[in-house]
Amino acid sequence: MSSKTKHIIRILPALFTIIILWASTCLASPKIEPKRVVLTNGMTLLFVGTHALPMVNISVAIKAGAIYDPPEKGGVANLTAILLDEGTKKRTSKQIAEEMDFIGGRLSTSGGDDYSSVSLAVLKKDIKTGLDLLSDILLNPSFPEEEVNRKKKETIASIISDKDEPGIVASKAFYKAVFKGHPYGKPVEGEEESVGNITRDDIVSFFQRYYKPNNTIMAVVGDLELKEAVSLIETYFNSWEKSKVKPHDIPPVSRVTKKDSLLIDRNITQANIVLGHTGISRDNPDFYAVSVMNYILGGAGLTSRLSKEIREDKGLAYSVYSSFDVNKYPGAFAVGVQTKNKSARIAIEEILSELKRIREEPVSDDELKDAKAYLTGSFPLKLDTSAKIAGYLIFIEFHNLGLDYFEEYPKKISGVTEDDIIRVAKKYIDPENYVLVAVAKQEEAGLKEGRDNEQ
Amino acid sequence: MLYLHPVKRRYTSKYSIVIAITLSLLLCTPAYSSEIKEHHLPNGLKIVTLEDHKSPVVTFQVWYKVGSLNEVTGTTGISHLLEHMMFKGTAKYGKGEFSKIVSKNGGNENAFTSQDYTAYFQIFASDRLDISLDLESDRMVNLLFVPEEFLLERNVVKEERRLRTEDDPVSSLVEDLYAASFKIHPYRSPVIGWMTDLDNLTREDLYEHYKKYYVPNNATVIIVGDFNTEDVVKRIERYFGNIPQGKTPPGVNIAEPEQQGERRFFYKREAQLPYVIYGYHAPNYEDKDHYALDVLSNILSTGKSSRLYQGIVYEKEIALSAGGGYTPIQTDPELFYFYAQLRPGRTTEEAESALNEEIAKIKRDSVSERELEKAKNQIEASFIMGQDSVFYQAMLIGKLETTGAGAGYLQNYIDEIRKVTAEDIKMAAQRYFSEDNRTVGVLVPLPNK
Repeated sequence: MSSKTKHIIRILPALFTIIILWASTCLASPKIEPKRVVLTNGMTLLFVGTHALPMVNISVAIKAGAIYDPPEKGGVANLTAILLDEGTKKRTSKQIAEEMDFIGGRLSTSGGDDYSSVSLAVLKKDIKTGLDLLSDILLNPSFPEEEVNRKKKETIASIISDKDEPGIVASKAFYKAVFKGHPYGKPVEGEEESVGNITRDDIVSFFQRYYKPNNTIMAVVGDLELKEAVSLIETYFNSWEKSKVKPHDIPPVSRVTKKDSLLIDRNITQANIVLGHTGISRDNPDFYAVSVMNYILGGAGLTSRLSKEIREDKGLAYSVYSSFDVNKYPGAFAVGVQTKNKSARIAIEEILSELKRIREEPVSDDELKDAKAYLTGSFPLKLDTSAKIAGYLIFIEFHNLGLDYFEEYPKKISGVTEDDIIRVAKKYIDPENYVLVAVAKQEEAGLKEGRDNEQ
Repeated sequence: MLYLHPVKRRYTSKYSIVIAITLSLLLCTPAYSSEIKEHHLPNGLKIVTLEDHKSPVVTFQVWYKVGSLNEVTGTTGISHLLEHMMFKGTAKYGKGEFSKIVSKNGGNENAFTSQDYTAYFQIFASDRLDISLDLESDRMVNLLFVPEEFLLERNVVKEERRLRTEDDPVSSLVEDLYAASFKIHPYRSPVIGWMTDLDNLTREDLYEHYKKYYVPNNATVIIVGDFNTEDVVKRIERYFGNIPQGKTPPGVNIAEPEQQGERRFFYKREAQLPYVIYGYHAPNYEDKDHYALDVLSNILSTGKSSRLYQGIVYEKEIALSAGGGYTPIQTDPELFYFYAQLRPGRTTEEAESALNEEIAKIKRDSVSERELEKAKNQIEASFIMGQDSVFYQAMLIGKLETTGAGAGYLQNYIDEIRKVTAEDIKMAAQRYFSEDNRTVGVLVPLPNK
């Protein structure tokens, strides 16, 4: 099933882009009333009771993302996260896997830019076993030397394997060029060389600095009552001691000020193109107007302007989309497309012309109305499983959006005007100064490399 | 708008590694399958409903019994291209209108084509269900085939093939595995079609295909979510009841002859890491053995304590990823496959001998009681957790209905899984995992030019 799930995610450009748009509607608003509790050790707990199925989903976010990687050690945050379940003071890697698999539970750990994540899904009858394992890997990971080396080798092999995916090659080159000197420019998993540099000590000290309850958000969604959930979480996490997390300076994101084209030559049939520049942070008040604008431009799946021009009217691509990253610091604005090498130039011209158009001409009344209707009306779909609800709770807490976000989001989306669209398009989209990456068979694509001369 | 690949594989995104999940996770549906209801309209349309009121959403799906199984060389990919054309408009709702109406009602939609079926779906807030009824009943009969639109969409599908297959070494290897494993059965051809067939397909070919297979008596409507069955069935009758019954589409009666000796092929192209894949011919749901093979695929590759992960990825560090899997819910028998993506510096000989050793162990020694219990617990937990999503419940029911297994399969599924013994697994492994019954594909990386 996994490949199918992935396929579906891949082909709904509106969904698979990095931007996450939460929406709501007055008509069909699900009665989800999250509760928020801060435990004595400072951990923030969010809770929603769902009683249709005897299961519990837990998502944990530790503010220990790759943006905190030490210099020359890109990949520490990610390795720390993926090593959590590879051995604790009382269990080996294999014992953890064996115990979790035996109850049919799912436990996963992953790195991220802003925060690292751990998630758990278990049947209710196994909640104690699940929490015992979850607290053990968060409180007592031992980072055995042997496991560290194993995961380093695995990570490097995976970085090498990614070179066979032209889309990943293009994306990595794009982020590197847009975020010069900012950690968002570096891949979360690190690079071959930086991962090679990482020692067990680096991981242990990263863990000791950031993995604190007061630096952690936990969302519990499932067949429990609030009191029961709080008492369970307290039982398993009370011994996790609060301690001050030394702040870490993140350099500011600098804007792209020139046109810069990077051409990467591969013996492939399609040009994999990513074009864009820096975007906005989640706390930017223009987030809502940008969401509507991007939906019209390239976020709306088959009905977006980019899709209509490039796919529907010209048959040039299977997928074309635009997205704004939703991050703590300003992320990327990116347009992505794959087209046969020979069409690379025309696809780029079409993209640039759409970027100009959305800055210059007002969007139509219908476009604005339809975009707002989708963004507010698709809300129930964002919350139709326990795992989605848990992810949503982490998102609103991490970005300080407040528990009334359900009601606030549709109001703010509904308030976006035609003038807002053109204002934010002018402010956040730049068809003159951008990074263009094309991974393609370059002799067929016929693009020109370098600054200010690509057309 | 997409096709489903028969073999699951590892996908990587920028930040995460996806762990392969085996078949059992797909069988994540109701133990309450008695609540699945069936209705038939006089024109042959079958309606299968499952009310699930935990969230105010509903998915509406139409499944047609047509896929690459119904295709022949020369016109492969026709079912999938037709699926794309279904978004190109009718007289009532012109090009692009369908998707526009769905999205402005806050819905998501898509379609997928596989070997055995072509399916269309929308997911909405539950008060929008009539939109699906109107749109899907309209395009079941009134599809336009504007010649220019056909030519454009054919180009889009060729781009899709380039994206998913041509520029992806492992997908190309999998395509070759099916072509080599099946001599005559249509599973030998890719769902998306061979590039040369896509070039040769005509608008008339598609129109004929549409007329032949898109009839109510070859379709199943599946609805799962927050609705009232009695009420919805009446509304479906209003929208679909007038569509005339068509001729029964011809069945496919092609049996792949028994394989008599290992087949082996090499696929050489620019790539970073070698990859080995085995395909053993294995039975579909019609054979009782499939339950034992289902449990076995969990033992082999579900979770980090599974045999192939522990043995080949973790202990021996030969592979970056390894697994085994199997899809018994198919119209015709398909493959039980094993794969290993190698780590830098490791050879395909090492991977093959490690895989062979694991397979020999399964055939020689009974799995332990604890391992057996673990696999059954995994299947049962997944079965319950899968009920959290209306979409996946509908997908599963659609697959069961369209391949002939029927939604009733779910009724006894967990019981049948619980009955599987260590001996059953050993016997099934001995029966199907013979060298003569397998095809081996090896991706041999050539250096970048």
